[in-house]
Amino acid sequence: MKVLEQFEFLDDVRRMDARQVIYQFLNFCMIVASALMIWKGLMVITESESPIVVVLSGSMEPAFYRGDLLLLTNHHDEPIRAGEIVVFKIKGRDIPIVHRVIKLHEKEDGTTKFLTKGDNNRVDDRGLYAPGQLWLKREDVVGRARGFLPYVGIVTILMNDYPQLKYAVLGCLGIYVLIHRETN
Amino acid sequence: MAVLTFMCFLSTYYNDDLADVNIKVGSVQVKNVADFTTTRERKDLAIINNLGVKVDLSQVFNWNVKEIFLYLTAEYSSDVNALNQVVLWDKIVMREDAQRIDIPSVDPEYYFFDDSKGLIGNENVTLTLSWNVIPNAGRLPRVQGLGSTTVKLPSTYAHSSGRI
Repeated sequence: MKVLEQFEFLDDVRRMDARQVIYQFLNFCMIVASALMIWKGLMVITESESPIVVVLSGSMEPAFYRGDLLLLTNHHDEPIRAGEIVVFKIKGRDIPIVHRVIKLHEKEDGTTKFLTKGDNNRVDDRGLYAPGQLWLKREDVVGRARGFLPYVGIVTILMNDYPQLKYAVLGCLGIYVLIHRETN
Repeated sequence: MAVLTFMCFLSTYYNDDLADVNIKVGSVQVKNVADFTTTRERKDLAIINNLGVKVDLSQVFNWNVKEIFLYLTAEYSSDVNALNQVVLWDKIVMREDAQRIDIPSVDPEYYFFDDSKGLIGNENVTLTLSWNVIPNAGRLPRVQGLGSTTVKLPSTYAHSSGRI
């Protein structure tokens, strides 16, 4: 017990009995489950596979900067129109791209093909598409920008750039939840 | 901070962001040339000279507007496609920029290429000016300006030696 005495903050843990330890652990699981539920719930409501994205490049400046957060929806009954900001995926690339639709052709049966461009880019996105691909189709779209929140996503970018930071933050949160004793 | 951001979003939620728009068109030509932007197939290309745009955005700018993305769209239907939308010109208007836009002849930024031969003799090409309001925090509404211009494209091709 000598070692433990040096860490005053562990007093809470020491005073716990087995029942309380289990309780704390379940509490922790609950938080993880709630976060997952919120994310999955948003996916259902927005019909988008990723309802929140962080802007990773400067191609839409000055509208969106690196680290800004976008809220997306992907309702399939709403047609895509020129001028809209869409988030799309290109075959063979993992990272989705946020750009604006500048040209669109829609057939009688509703199938569309369209071309995108970043506001801050001088040329359209044909160079970014897969080799030989000239147009995007509806199924390439992951979501359409509906809401905007500045700066918030910078945390995600930092965590991706410095993975140690991610583990540190997650570790601290986990330890806090596990050893912090509910006062009752 | 979060509360302040949310209030900022709420305070402008019900704005309609509308404004009157005036679009003027000079002369129009249609050519049938190789579309070098895609497959090099010959397609209809419309050229609009002296395209004038006039709009007063000062009533759209409120305290939760960072930028307005203005874009001029040509919309028409053709035999191949029920709906075609081609953005001909766009402009980023920041808060500190002139908010009364009055450009007698815009520099066209994008080629007005059809997907096949849908422009020749097309009598119903509608030009509209729309904008996407980029807030400090909140929704990203797209608004179509009040007032549009319909263009009748000529029914004969302008002479062209294969180039634009």
